[in-house]
Amino acid sequence: MKQSEHEIVNNVRKLLDDRKIALFIGYQRGTLPLCASPSFVVESNDASSLIWNGFCGCNLAVFLRSLPALKDQSSSARIGILCKGCDNRSIVELIKEKQIDRSKLFIIGISCDGIIDRNKIIVHASEGDIIEAIDNGEILTIRTSSGEQVLKRREVLCDSCLQCKYPTPSEYDVLIRAGEHKAAPATSESTQQFAAMPRGERWRKFEDEISKCIRCYACRNACPGCYCKECFAEQTRPRWFGTTSELSDLMFYHIVRMFHQAGRCVDCGACVRACPMNVDLRLFSRMLVDEVTERYGYEPGVSLKDIPPLAMFQVDDKQEFMTEPD
Amino acid sequence: MRSVGMENKNKSDSDFEPRILAFLCNWCSYAGADLAGVSRFQYPPTIRVIRVPCSGRINPLYIVKALQLGFDGVLVSGCHPGDCHYISGNYFARRKFALLKRFLDYLGIETERVQFSWVSAAEGARFSSIIKKITDDIKKIGPLTYFKKTAVQKERIHETIRT
Repeated sequence: MKQSEHEIVNNVRKLLDDRKIALFIGYQRGTLPLCASPSFVVESNDASSLIWNGFCGCNLAVFLRSLPALKDQSSSARIGILCKGCDNRSIVELIKEKQIDRSKLFIIGISCDGIIDRNKIIVHASEGDIIEAIDNGEILTIRTSSGEQVLKRREVLCDSCLQCKYPTPSEYDVLIRAGEHKAAPATSESTQQFAAMPRGERWRKFEDEISKCIRCYACRNACPGCYCKECFAEQTRPRWFGTTSELSDLMFYHIVRMFHQAGRCVDCGACVRACPMNVDLRLFSRMLVDEVTERYGYEPGVSLKDIPPLAMFQVDDKQEFMTEPD
Repeated sequence: MRSVGMENKNKSDSDFEPRILAFLCNWCSYAGADLAGVSRFQYPPTIRVIRVPCSGRINPLYIVKALQLGFDGVLVSGCHPGDCHYISGNYFARRKFALLKRFLDYLGIETERVQFSWVSAAEGARFSSIIKKITDDIKKIGPLTYFKKTAVQKERIHETIRT
């Protein structure tokens, strides 16, 4: 961890000094324990504040959508960004969707060994407030008001990271090797279990999860794929998403938002980490990821060459679901 | 929490008249429905038709919204593969529909509620039998109660006052 942090800082310092990039997007220490904040570095002196550890959970690709410099053809400035495997997949999707220009980016890829789930720490940690957590890449040392505790990193990783197939970026200018690649199952176990439940129970579980939602839109704001200038949730004519306290409206919002990510969702888990109410959004969105892979052989963000599945078709696509008269 | 599919259970199948929203493409299925009419092919009066330029025009959001606003089922029908007036609209639609249908099924909405079909302008008989089949399917599973928005009426009134 420390070693890769040094490498990041040195790289960024050099890039800024040589004026190769105008801005670097990375992580800095958060104001609370177990949190890292996004950091926007423009002066090489400030590069030393950059960090890398298991709390850098935010998908930084989300900030690229609001940078006008990336679309301005007249400007030659490049923007540097630190990418985990999932951030990188998001960037690849954004490049394919012509939202950002690859030549305007300088990508520092970092092979990631998983992001830590704060909620799992809170479950595992003993009594007292957590003051500090130190991630050394193998174990996690938690300092609470009542003492110190050591946790195995793997026990507290996010579910999305445990199921991650591509923790190492594929599209980068510089690659920093930190963690090691872990092979993950092709399909998610939790979605398979969910799919095996009876229909009524599935819907009830969906209701239970979505009823926690307080419509703060954190899931949407944390998602690099959600870059519509005007989201359907905020359109007023027609108003799709009713301003009621009804559960059916919330479910409508989540069904449509998740479906908008079909074939584009890189399963980074940023929406789940951003959710203040701990709605298990991945339980539902992951199904679409697996379905797209199974049906159309497409894995979002893995290659710049593959055409997004909903932007193309095959004449002989499966159509077993179409209604035929008896 | 609302329970799933429990309401209206005391009503017999024959009492329940499903309300089905049908998006029909202008070039094939709408003409197919028209042909069913002029040829006097009978089918149950359960569908409300919206004519659209192409099945590819259908935003999956419309389908989910129709269910939420109280339709018991939604049908989207377009030209047979290869016959699209816009060359490929129905091929793109087919990819979206496949995912949407699987996704709604996964969440717990009966697969019969959202159906897709190909009906050409010459297939009046096929159109009528598809409507019969969908009506039967939805009669069997009963009305969609668990996803229905209850405040619809109120909101409509607000909208009318504003405009």
